[in-house]
Amino acid sequence: MKVNLRVWRQKDPVDKGRMVDYTVEDASEDMSFLELIDVLNEKLILSGEEPVAFDHDCREGICGMCSMVIDGQPHGPERSTTTCQLHMRKFNDGDTITVEPFRAGAFPVIKDLVVDRGAFDKIIQAGGYISANTGSAPEAHSTPVPKAAAERSFSAAACIGCGACVAACPNGSASLFLGAKLTHLGEMPQGQPERWERVVNMVETHDDAGFGGCTNTGACATACPKEIPLDVISQLNHDYLKATVGGRKK
Amino acid sequence: MSYSDYTVGAPVVDKAAPDGPIETRWERRKFGVKLVNPANKRKVKIIVVGTGLAGGAAAATLGEAGYHVTSFCYQDSPRRAHSIAAQGGINAAKNYRNDGDSVYRLFYDTVKGGDFRARESNVHRLAEISRQIIDQCVAQGVPFAREYGGLLDTRSFGGVQVSRTFYARGQTGQQLLLGAYQALERQIHAGTVNMYQRHEMLELILVEGRARGVVVRDMVTGEISSHLADAVVLATGGYGNVFYLSTNAKGCNVTANWRAHRKGALFANPCFTQIHPTCIPVSGDHQSKLTLMSESLRNDGRVWVPKQLGDTRKPKDIPHSERDYFLERKYPSFGNLVPRDIASRAAKEVCDEKRGVGPSGLGVYLDFDDAIQRLGRKAVEAKYGNLFEMYERITGEDPYEMPMRIFPAVHYTMGGLWVDYDLQSTIPGLYVAGEANFSDHGANRLGASALMQGLSDGYFVLPVTIGDYLASNKLPEVGPDAPEVVEAEAAVQGRIEKLLSINGNRTVDSFHRELGHIMWDYCGMERTEEGLLKAIDLLAELRREFWNNVKVPGTGAELNQSLEKAGRVADFIELGELMCLDALHRRESCGGHFRAESQTEDGEAQRDDENFAYAGAWEYTGAGSAPVLHKEELNFEYVHPTQRSYK
Amino acid sequence: MHWTASPLSSALGAVATQVSTGGSAKASATPARPKRPLIPAVLLKFVMALSGFVLVAYLVVHMIGNLQIFWGPTAINGYAEWLRTLLEPVLGWEGFVWVVRIALLASVIGHIWAATLLALRAKRARPVKYAAGNKVKGSYTTRTMRWGGVIVLLFVIYHILDLTVGVANPVGAHLKPYENITAGFAPDRWYVTLFYVIALLAIWFHLRHGLWSAIQTLGWNSNRREKTLKAIATVFSTVLIVGFLIVPISATFGWI
Repeated sequence: MKVNLRVWRQKDPVDKGRMVDYTVEDASEDMSFLELIDVLNEKLILSGEEPVAFDHDCREGICGMCSMVIDGQPHGPERSTTTCQLHMRKFNDGDTITVEPFRAGAFPVIKDLVVDRGAFDKIIQAGGYISANTGSAPEAHSTPVPKAAAERSFSAAACIGCGACVAACPNGSASLFLGAKLTHLGEMPQGQPERWERVVNMVETHDDAGFGGCTNTGACATACPKEIPLDVISQLNHDYLKATVGGRKK
Repeated sequence: MSYSDYTVGAPVVDKAAPDGPIETRWERRKFGVKLVNPANKRKVKIIVVGTGLAGGAAAATLGEAGYHVTSFCYQDSPRRAHSIAAQGGINAAKNYRNDGDSVYRLFYDTVKGGDFRARESNVHRLAEISRQIIDQCVAQGVPFAREYGGLLDTRSFGGVQVSRTFYARGQTGQQLLLGAYQALERQIHAGTVNMYQRHEMLELILVEGRARGVVVRDMVTGEISSHLADAVVLATGGYGNVFYLSTNAKGCNVTANWRAHRKGALFANPCFTQIHPTCIPVSGDHQSKLTLMSESLRNDGRVWVPKQLGDTRKPKDIPHSERDYFLERKYPSFGNLVPRDIASRAAKEVCDEKRGVGPSGLGVYLDFDDAIQRLGRKAVEAKYGNLFEMYERITGEDPYEMPMRIFPAVHYTMGGLWVDYDLQSTIPGLYVAGEANFSDHGANRLGASALMQGLSDGYFVLPVTIGDYLASNKLPEVGPDAPEVVEAEAAVQGRIEKLLSINGNRTVDSFHRELGHIMWDYCGMERTEEGLLKAIDLLAELRREFWNNVKVPGTGAELNQSLEKAGRVADFIELGELMCLDALHRRESCGGHFRAESQTEDGEAQRDDENFAYAGAWEYTGAGSAPVLHKEELNFEYVHPTQRSYK
Repeated sequence: MHWTASPLSSALGAVATQVSTGGSAKASATPARPKRPLIPAVLLKFVMALSGFVLVAYLVVHMIGNLQIFWGPTAINGYAEWLRTLLEPVLGWEGFVWVVRIALLASVIGHIWAATLLALRAKRARPVKYAAGNKVKGSYTTRTMRWGGVIVLLFVIYHILDLTVGVANPVGAHLKPYENITAGFAPDRWYVTLFYVIALLAIWFHLRHGLWSAIQTLGWNSNRREKTLKAIATVFSTVLIVGFLIVPISATFGWI
């Protein structure tokens, strides 16, 4: 199949950048979207042009490294699918596909489609953990965890930290990412001692990083390749209000 | 003298391993290590390369202990290391099921599963620590699967007879890695760990024969810098990508290990690679990686190919009598549930007979028709629904209507840098953890054991044993202007310059693909003397062509993904040569290494304990120059070698 | 310790040596990030939710009060009179009405203030638009909330001039809502009715998302309840808006 690509090209963080048109004549339906870019890059290199820089690693939908916006949707048109698992059979012969980097003030573009998502690590550093030094753990069965809590915790912990939620959000908010971590840890009995401090510190760091505020549009949950439910943001609000207005955080 | 004319050097001896009763060896070793004064720990610097289960856990734990840690990863966040992709679970001898499990049984299963090519002391320690790992991960908030009473659920895995595998749906690796990652981020926040993302280690710095630092490249700015420390830990994973197509992440590479190998660290058992039988087949030349389908599918799926050569009918139109259920035919008692290595090789055999299915002929059917008829579609959907969806997403075929096509793919590498009981390589001060070392898995790894080993090394072994080295050795101050540092940086710079200046006619990927083809054809599931000799010649030629004809666009002073790949592929080619040589010299079949010349009458792997009950550790003597083999004799005092049979 | 020996050196990265005590000497090419905002976004949303609830509560009472017009001029004019006598011993004539008005004004100001801050922050957090547009479902809600909010505000101003102050009303008599309404929505002033209908539909959109959103903001939403809560919000908004719509429409068609 033949595919026309409009790809964002930007040499470095300070370059203004622009869209550039390419055509790939011999795409195959069985290719993943990233393999299409691979094919394009091989051609660009041999013709003496710079290949398109893009982030990718595991190519099986779990590492969260791939990060492009395809036709206005983070990770492209297929629901619950990362770019690396999106296949060309979802497109038609002759389609023109627009490929852009994730756009957010907190995710500056490094080059072409590569953005800096370091702000996510900063949010985790602010409290996205349970303090348990190696060796200090009690026997695993000393604290049972109700199955429902473990399940909800897992659903939230399935977040791959790709940033699609931020890229989709008209407010550039990372609330879904933040809420997912707070729900993962907050559902666990082990996560209770630090719960109130955690939410306040992580929310502050989230705002510090330049992410916007949530207005409950739900775009994040729609774009999320791992189907993190929107109610993790409600959990985040709940915990934050309880910690601050409710005075739980000492 | 050709590359294959290797010489045999002095045996390599594990001096750190305690003797005496195996149950107390780790206890005694822990008591034997010298301790670093807590007040001094902040002054002791340790570099950890890699942030997977082993590296992330080690950096976090060393940081908690008060050391001054610097950590590097090539990804944009430590959370993305490829441990994240492990699906199945993690073994631990908790015996929560009361089904007769014990540390000793886990030890026994692992030594046997490794086809008697692992070190008993290490494996026993691994089995002991497995229990602590679960405690630690639960305390960190890892959301393991639980039963209605709130206690941990387990399942059986990989043909083992006890239920000792802890899991978090199909994403156990992800959840364990996030636990380690969060512990690491906590230490970064506390200031004990300096984290450098998007940094790739390109050289090891040796001073007076000791590992004292690394040279890294900032993959965003291209800046080359040196980092100095008192000890260096490599936790950089496996080298499956030498085959180009594997289940590894695209970025997984051997460069850090290979740089250390070139500086004197011995590389052990490089030919021991694990080929996983149930992966989605290659769909075309554009294929960039292979996707694993969980091994659990073989519990209900039946593997078959048409009996007739050139049978092009649709699978549904082929009557049962004209299908060859070859695993059930050859291994009546284990059927479709034979271990990974056996299932993989059997699939290869039928494809070699040209009875393979799919457009490429490299595939066999994994059919759920019988299961759907017996259990109903609903039950099959409940068990495997998400896997079926993933299969359909990738192939565009509906497995409820048409049998899946599967083919074996490279999955894990048991070989790696040689380490002693303390995880120290042959370079003093250089420690190697996780899949990067030649590990505790011998010639074959059992399912759900990789996560166990990574976390055991990272959380519990290395942080203790490295202290012994740091407390016992008075290390001189090394300045940034030391000649060894300058030289290492110049070497890195020179290599980058060289790669950029060749400006030939072939892309890095085209070399990588060709390397993969050679390795898969001659050093894959079945190896022969003739093929390996041929591969060694082809690889030498490929190496020469690479350095004369590769085209790397762009500059070194920017984000340049072609340049990153070029450096890695150059190292992979050299590693490929060593793997072939290792496979050539080991004239026996064991675990993941099958030599056609060494099989029983009915085509099963034939081990040769008399001549090959050793770990083969190779010493580098220069690119293309014959290496030196150092043997570490393996003694089996507790688990006595027997022939595996699955008939 | 810079690498200068090679002709290629300009094409290569600078060489620096670091002892691992220091942080990385990163190029400062990344743009500076904004400083921490004074009020966390979660609290701004809290303000929006609370003020929104006050306004919704008022709307419910307002709508029920309006319906008295169907009982004739005495009923509704009497109701207007009665409101002014509420708590008269304490607050004086019309005191209660003024208390409500001040509460409403504070809520409106709080609501708009928080919304403006959030919108400004969104602009900073999302400085670059997608060339292909943001195609994710849900992203349009923000547009309808923000522009819808502005439309609602303009309507409210007109509405006060029309039926409270009276300057935009053909009768504009104080304490005579029956006369004001029937004259204001007289058949020949069909365009005023049409404007009210459009504005009320805008309020319906605003409420439907706003109600559910407030519940989410206060942390009462859950995955299990989400569908039900959204349905309740839709039904509630619809009943409220229909209740408002009947009055001007009935007046125009002469059913009063």
